[in-house]
Amino acid sequence: MVQLTLPKNSRITTGKTWPKPEGAKNVRKFQIYRWNPDDEKNPRVDTYFVDLDTCGPMVLDALIKIKNEIDPTLTFRRSCREGICGSCAMNIDGINTLACIYGMDEIKGDVKIYPLPHMPVVKDLIPDLTHFYAQHASIMPWLETKTNTPAKEWRQSVEDREKLDGLYECVMCACCSTSCPSYWWNGDRYLGPAALLHAYRWIIDSRDEATGERLDELEDPFKLYRCHTIMNCAKTCPKGLNPAKAIGSIKKMMVERHV
Amino acid sequence: MAYLTDLKRARGMGAAKTGTEHFWNMTVSSVALLVLIPLFVFTVGPMIGAPYAEVAAHFARPFPAIVTGLTIVVGFLHFKGGVQVLIEDYVHGMARKVWIIAMICLSYAAIGTGLFALVRLAL
Repeated sequence: MVQLTLPKNSRITTGKTWPKPEGAKNVRKFQIYRWNPDDEKNPRVDTYFVDLDTCGPMVLDALIKIKNEIDPTLTFRRSCREGICGSCAMNIDGINTLACIYGMDEIKGDVKIYPLPHMPVVKDLIPDLTHFYAQHASIMPWLETKTNTPAKEWRQSVEDREKLDGLYECVMCACCSTSCPSYWWNGDRYLGPAALLHAYRWIIDSRDEATGERLDELEDPFKLYRCHTIMNCAKTCPKGLNPAKAIGSIKKMMVERHV
Repeated sequence: MAYLTDLKRARGMGAAKTGTEHFWNMTVSSVALLVLIPLFVFTVGPMIGAPYAEVAAHFARPFPAIVTGLTIVVGFLHFKGGVQVLIEDYVHGMARKVWIIAMICLSYAAIGTGLFALVRLAL
């Protein structure tokens, strides 16, 4: 049954308020979710103050500054700092997004940062994405062919290549899937917007010869049809993609096979 | 605790190879209701508050009777499909199956009751 309240050991408490930087004039307040699996305490929200005059413009810049200069125990993933790796996905100001490409000027008031919603937390802002990645692997995200491999290359027309635009750019940050209520309640069986967007990327690839098998593997009340076109995925995608449209296209192909 | 690989957990029991029919049926019944509901409102609405004899005479005519009958049948079949999806979303385990069976029975009961009332009025 769906849980509407957090279990007792997950309820968030007020955490430590770190001192303001001395002499700073342009200070921004950050409220950040903290949880350490080793101290057996409930999660808490710590308050930090960052001097924006000595900080980059993005939320990730502030997080790195906090870790370097205020609290080295703050834990989060980051790598490319330019929206390509998808590592720094987190919930900032109520929106799932990438901290590296989300400007602090886009946020009014205090900056509130939580891990991606409804996922097991490893520590602080790091969610456990094991199942999410396994779901991606389950849709066979590679070219499947039966024809003998050509001597040179699998050819594709410019028009067919264009069909992959808006799909191949996905960086698997999990912002979309973790914003989807259907994924929250049935994430164990529902593949979620990210995996389905990738599935569609291979279904419509003109070179792929496993279209039928791919559709067969998706034809399921839970794997595919838990999508109710809520559109949170499209709204939150930091890359501006539209997974809901891709899912709608898969459903259209399913109907075409039947009717 | 079960030692399952991540992929085994993600693949689960595989695809049920069903769901499209349900999706298509819901789409078709939605379109049908898009036509039926306004017809139902405009044919039955004026009868609200009218004397029994007038209402009985109204439903004895083919058009209001057919519109009402179709709205009852299509409406509750649509309800059956919709509420099943709703239960699948929010209820897990054995309770899910029990609720689905209960709501399907309720839908069929509502169709039967509605049609019986209509026949009693019309004939």
